[in-house]
Amino acid sequence: MKQALLFLLLTGCAALMPARALQLLDDRGVSVSFSQSPQRIVSLLPSLTESVCAMDQCQRLVGVDRYSNYPASVRRLPVLGGGLDPNIEGIVALRPDVVLLATSSRASQRLESLGIKVVALEPKSHADVRRVLKKIGVLLDIPEALGAARLWRVIDTSVSAAAQSLSPKARNVRVYFEVNRGPYAAGESSFIGETLTRLGVRNVVPASLGPFPRLNPEFVVRANPDVIMVGSRSMQAMASYPGWGSIKAVREQRICVFGVDEADVVVRPGPRMAEAARLMAKCLEDKAR
Amino acid sequence: MSRRFPHQHRQALLLAVGLLLASAALLLLGVSVGSTGAESVRSMWHDAQAMQIVREIRLPRTVGAWLAGALLGLAGAVAQGLFRNPLADPYLLGSASGASLGVASAMALFGVSPLAMHWLARLGLTGAAFVGAVLAVLLTLLLAKGVQHTLRLLLAGVIVGVVLGAITSLILLLTPEIMQAMQSFMLGSTGFVGWTACAVMAAVLAFSVLAAWMMSHVLDGLALGEATAQSLGLRLPQMRVALVAVLALATGTAVAQTGLIAFVGLAAPHLVRSVVKTTHGRLTVLAALMGAVLLSAADILARWLVAPQELPVGVLTAVLGGGYLLWLMHRHTGRGAGL
Repeated sequence: MKQALLFLLLTGCAALMPARALQLLDDRGVSVSFSQSPQRIVSLLPSLTESVCAMDQCQRLVGVDRYSNYPASVRRLPVLGGGLDPNIEGIVALRPDVVLLATSSRASQRLESLGIKVVALEPKSHADVRRVLKKIGVLLDIPEALGAARLWRVIDTSVSAAAQSLSPKARNVRVYFEVNRGPYAAGESSFIGETLTRLGVRNVVPASLGPFPRLNPEFVVRANPDVIMVGSRSMQAMASYPGWGSIKAVREQRICVFGVDEADVVVRPGPRMAEAARLMAKCLEDKAR
Repeated sequence: MSRRFPHQHRQALLLAVGLLLASAALLLLGVSVGSTGAESVRSMWHDAQAMQIVREIRLPRTVGAWLAGALLGLAGAVAQGLFRNPLADPYLLGSASGASLGVASAMALFGVSPLAMHWLARLGLTGAAFVGAVLAVLLTLLLAKGVQHTLRLLLAGVIVGVVLGAITSLILLLTPEIMQAMQSFMLGSTGFVGWTACAVMAAVLAFSVLAAWMMSHVLDGLALGEATAQSLGLRLPQMRVALVAVLALATGTAVAQTGLIAFVGLAAPHLVRSVVKTTHGRLTVLAALMGAVLLSAADILARWLVAPQELPVGVLTAVLGGGYLLWLMHRHTGRGAGL
């Protein structure tokens, strides 16, 4: 009751004072200022699109990149190329108040020179997701208690719940997570690795190797993981690596393949991280039997 | 010919022996280099896992690197002789871009359409790469209206390469999830080579060496110019088709198993020529050996430098082969002789 009142009060205030200036330091270290919270937003990164929508501000999005496919409502929006090859003209034509993109995108300078405000954010770890949510909350002018902090609390408790749901047998395993064919692995320091750590399982790829190292396949044979998780793009099921037959996970068929939609959830550092943790927990529990 | 140039004959033989010795040394080294180093070899008789690593992973990939290098070296020598162009390399007829397109479309379709899955599971990525490479060469031949016109063939190869490359880039852009995997294909990797792949490559290598040896007099004739070759009574049209077939088969097989490994095919014949001046028959065999040694060495370095991670082997072949070639070139020009 108290919270509902607070919410009414706050939203009422926000409606009464639409022109509140705000300032934001983005991940490039550039300070961007707005005379009021942007109402027309273009997002060129799927995880940022999801973050905006997670704050119930989906209606402010006027355009997205071609990889943004969640929630379903963003699929109706104009598609403005990809983060690496955005359709600058299309973006300008939409007259957005701000463009959200990754720091690696080359579009920032071009858009800024055309007089469009740009906020570059790059979530790479759990801490980054929290920070990015906070910044998007500031940008959207959503009180922290109702936006970023609430979302993060939900994510955090859901991940903990997923971890607690695991039986001791499912938790006591060593996991190898293959992000892509190469083999490129998700190490302990990647956000996928962080989720695995939160779930209480051990990752066979130590943090010292970096977030997504390209491994020698025999490293995995030597590490002998109990469970292997792969995205379907890695094609583990179709073309295994030579000599992997002896790995415990392969021998006992303990391989989880995440389909295209599931892989989107698992590999995106955004508000659906809790769902990713649940997917991984489900895999661990299934394969523990 | 050999009786008239006994000195060069001996040199070629020496080089061959030297390269074979180097191959043997590299084979031993290759078996003992990997994520866990030589310890696996020492403990392999009483540790089943170490035995498996050595027998099922290190040995086939070391042998596979040797075979793939040999195929590329041979293809390079044939391409340079056939096109009478020192810049010709095995990928000239579009096989590289064809193979990339094959792999990219296979990866993009995989996991999307059930029908595609059914076919892909049968074909595999290796199959997709091989089919792509062969189709690209056929397309080049079609666009060039046959093999008779060298310049037309070269241009058609370049066009096919560019167009297929563009389509591959487009597929990559639309399915960014496969970019990383595609990059490992484009820079080459021996990590996927098992014993089956070795057997396939060995069979193709044996056939290609034999075929190239038997047709080497055509390349010798061509070196004197097309008109002269014709006047020597060589059956150029048929022989050319056969040589293009050998080139396509050798390149397609190597690319399908190991990805696009740069520079071996271009550099190997030049490295051989810088040591001995010989006829095409010996040159093709020596270039194959040289390519094999080059790729084996690069592969071992790729596994060793940042173990247990791996470097893309194509980067190292370019650095090693290119660096050595550059050094040779400058040494020779310093003495006033061209390469």
